[in-house]
Amino acid sequence: MSATRPLHLAAEIGGPPRYAADSHVTLARLAEGGALDYVTLSDSFGRPGPDALAVLSRVAPATTRIGLVPTVTTTHTEPFHVSSAVATLDWVSKGRAGWQADVSTTEAEARLFGRRSAAPAGALWQEAGEVADVGALLWDSWEDDAEIRDVATGRFIDRDKLHYVDFEGSTFSVRGPAIVPRPPQGRPVTVVDGTSGPARETAARYADVVHVRATSPEQAAALRDDLRRSAAAHGRDPDGLRILVALTVDLGDAEKTPEPGLESGPQLAGRGTYFRGGPVDLAELITRWHRGGAVDGFHLTPITPERDLERIVNGTVALLQHRSLFRTFYPGGTLREHLGLGRPANRHTLARTSGGHSS
Amino acid sequence: MKQMHLAAHFPGVNSTTVWTDPRSRSQIDFASFEHLARTAERGKFDFFFLAEGLRLREHNGRIHDLDVVGRPESLTVLNALAAVTERLGLAATVNATFNEPYELARRLATLDHLSEGRAAWNVVTSSDAFTGENFRRGGYLDRADRYTRAAEFVATARELWDSWTPDGDSRPFAHSGQHFQISGEFTVPRSPQGHPVVIQAGDSDEGREFAASAADVIFTRHGTLEAGRRFYADVKARLAKYGRQPGDLKIMPGVTVVLGDTDAEAQQNAAEIRHQQVSPQNAILALEQIWGRDLSSYDPDGPLPDIDPDPRSDLVQGRVRVADPLAAAARWRELSEAKGLSIRQTAIEATARQSFIGSPATVAAELEEFVTTDAADGFILVPHLTPGGLDGFVDQVVPLLQERGAFRTEYSGSTLRSHLGLARPVWKS
Ligand SMILES: Cc1cc2nc3c(=O)[nH]c(=O)nc-3n(C[C@H](O)[C@H](O)[C@H](O)COP(=O)(O)O)c2cc1C
Repeated sequence: MSATRPLHLAAEIGGPPRYAADSHVTLARLAEGGALDYVTLSDSFGRPGPDALAVLSRVAPATTRIGLVPTVTTTHTEPFHVSSAVATLDWVSKGRAGWQADVSTTEAEARLFGRRSAAPAGALWQEAGEVADVGALLWDSWEDDAEIRDVATGRFIDRDKLHYVDFEGSTFSVRGPAIVPRPPQGRPVTVVDGTSGPARETAARYADVVHVRATSPEQAAALRDDLRRSAAAHGRDPDGLRILVALTVDLGDAEKTPEPGLESGPQLAGRGTYFRGGPVDLAELITRWHRGGAVDGFHLTPITPERDLERIVNGTVALLQHRSLFRTFYPGGTLREHLGLGRPANRHTLARTSGGHSS
Repeated sequence: MKQMHLAAHFPGVNSTTVWTDPRSRSQIDFASFEHLARTAERGKFDFFFLAEGLRLREHNGRIHDLDVVGRPESLTVLNALAAVTERLGLAATVNATFNEPYELARRLATLDHLSEGRAAWNVVTSSDAFTGENFRRGGYLDRADRYTRAAEFVATARELWDSWTPDGDSRPFAHSGQHFQISGEFTVPRSPQGHPVVIQAGDSDEGREFAASAADVIFTRHGTLEAGRRFYADVKARLAKYGRQPGDLKIMPGVTVVLGDTDAEAQQNAAEIRHQQVSPQNAILALEQIWGRDLSSYDPDGPLPDIDPDPRSDLVQGRVRVADPLAAAARWRELSEAKGLSIRQTAIEATARQSFIGSPATVAAELEEFVTTDAADGFILVPHLTPGGLDGFVDQVVPLLQERGAFRTEYSGSTLRSHLGLARPVWKS
């Protein structure tokens, strides 16, 4: 791979729980000012914090370009509701939605719902894959031109362009079709943190973007190759996959300039590898790893969002832009466009136009 | 003087919307939601309301294709609308059968925080297996059980909303009942309204009892003066046994309004709208919904069929059934014979809902009469055009209501509870 592959940058805007909209809006706008691909907002039923998808829906009209990727768990939720809510985020943001699929592994989370006990991560990630699968089916269950508003025949929709999904998963079934018409991006972007083994398999099969944890460019490159091979084995085009290295960054102390994994900072609860240094050091690291072709980009989790995101955007990103390694504006409007991912053709339309059969 | 409450229904999916009108716009683009919400807020409305349906309706085994169909997920849209409005209440219809208290209570509390106290939940209870085919729990729950689940659901949600103290400390909760056995810690502090406003829609005896015990607002279909007064008296009388005052529960029928410069012009506009709503295809459909039979070979401009309805039919799926098809058919025949009406003309008359038709002055006076004579506490207005269908009402009728002292001229508070004159729920430890 050449080193001229576009660089993708994303940032987490979570941190300590905040329930009013202001700080989320401020952070998302800050990230948008740096032309970042997307912001994530992590979430879990097991610790304090508001519903992430709701927060990013609230942020959507207050921003114009940045991608919006809330964590949505698949373990105790209804796949049908999940797919509707993510599609709706895409509608209200005009094509900027993604979702980071996650699972709930603890007994404490299971007790909040009282429907099933905790299960091993392997089974839950398989179920998460099924949720991603049925989500894509539901997003395709309306063809793009299903709404016809044909006054002559009185038909609002062409029901031949709506499709039942009849999905039978290991723990749920969905009849379909979706209630929500196909969203602007066709399918909102699916993100998976592929750090853990069971998640990586699901990521290779269903994700558009995978976050990985690596402590060296070599390790990142190996993970990337592995994910791409695995995606290809599932019949996917590996170029439809973006692999971003997750870094937890602390830009508060500019005296040290360590490589991630090589320094002795405290081990954080977050999922990224820990980086501590100055904004310029971070730009150097990103430049070096990206030039080597090891990664498609980085997902940065600032440990103190208000302070560090500002330094990332005005320091690190500004420098990368100055070096022409990162864009200075958004050439497109949708998250898929930022990521250089095509809008997926609707499988039923494809089957129809290629002479095949659609259900 | 008793002031009325007003809400705007976004007419996404139904047979009210005249989508053939050239002014009709998307029912899904955010711009449409924003337009109607801003209109409602300009009119100082109490809230903006979204209905819900969790499976596309079917007719004769196929997806019904004649009405507006397709809508976004309510809470997600309302969170986005919170960004473009400041005072307007934001009400989502969410089914209590196909959701779980922990997750939904959290989503509602989040909306209440993000909107600074403007969230409401319309608790609906459909139980049918047809809808259940989209969900993990599947399609069970007896008619009787769905209201016990709904009541326990609301009670549980309130326990969760009260599990953080007003000082912001989280306390563990544990609920053990017939439908839910859950425990742990809630992730969201008590929200600006304490509890989001609870609305109930559903008309059976169980539904009314549930509303009397647990709801802040009832969304009803009883929109004529007489039926409205009977319903109002019935429901308000049920409150005492739950230790509640008549003012604790607001009754708001869903109604349509058609305006004209004169009453005669408004009547003419209304006739045209009805004609568009009940197209020839829709007239046959309305008939089939009662008869439970395929009547596609009948001429919409011809007479009603002389065969009887099939009372056990499942021709129509995903909408509230006609309770007694034989009686309904008899009513339609009577109407048709008395006035010499065709199928389509009969459908136009028989399916008409209460509406206020007239000049702005006439409509303002009638709305006020409903409220002052206790047929309603206010109205949920269902426009027939998306999204501009309430522009005329807000520009022409609201000022008259304000002049009469029948409606607020400014919001006096910032939360939906304050618009509705409802007390902030006392925190229960
Ligand atoms: C005015 C009104 C509006 C309703 N809106 C909805 C709705 O948006 N979604 C839904 O699933 N059910 C809706 N319902 C259905 C009720 O929740 C309930 O399932 C139905 O009325 C049957 O209950 P009942 O026997 O108590 O009337 C509505 C009912 C009424 C009366």
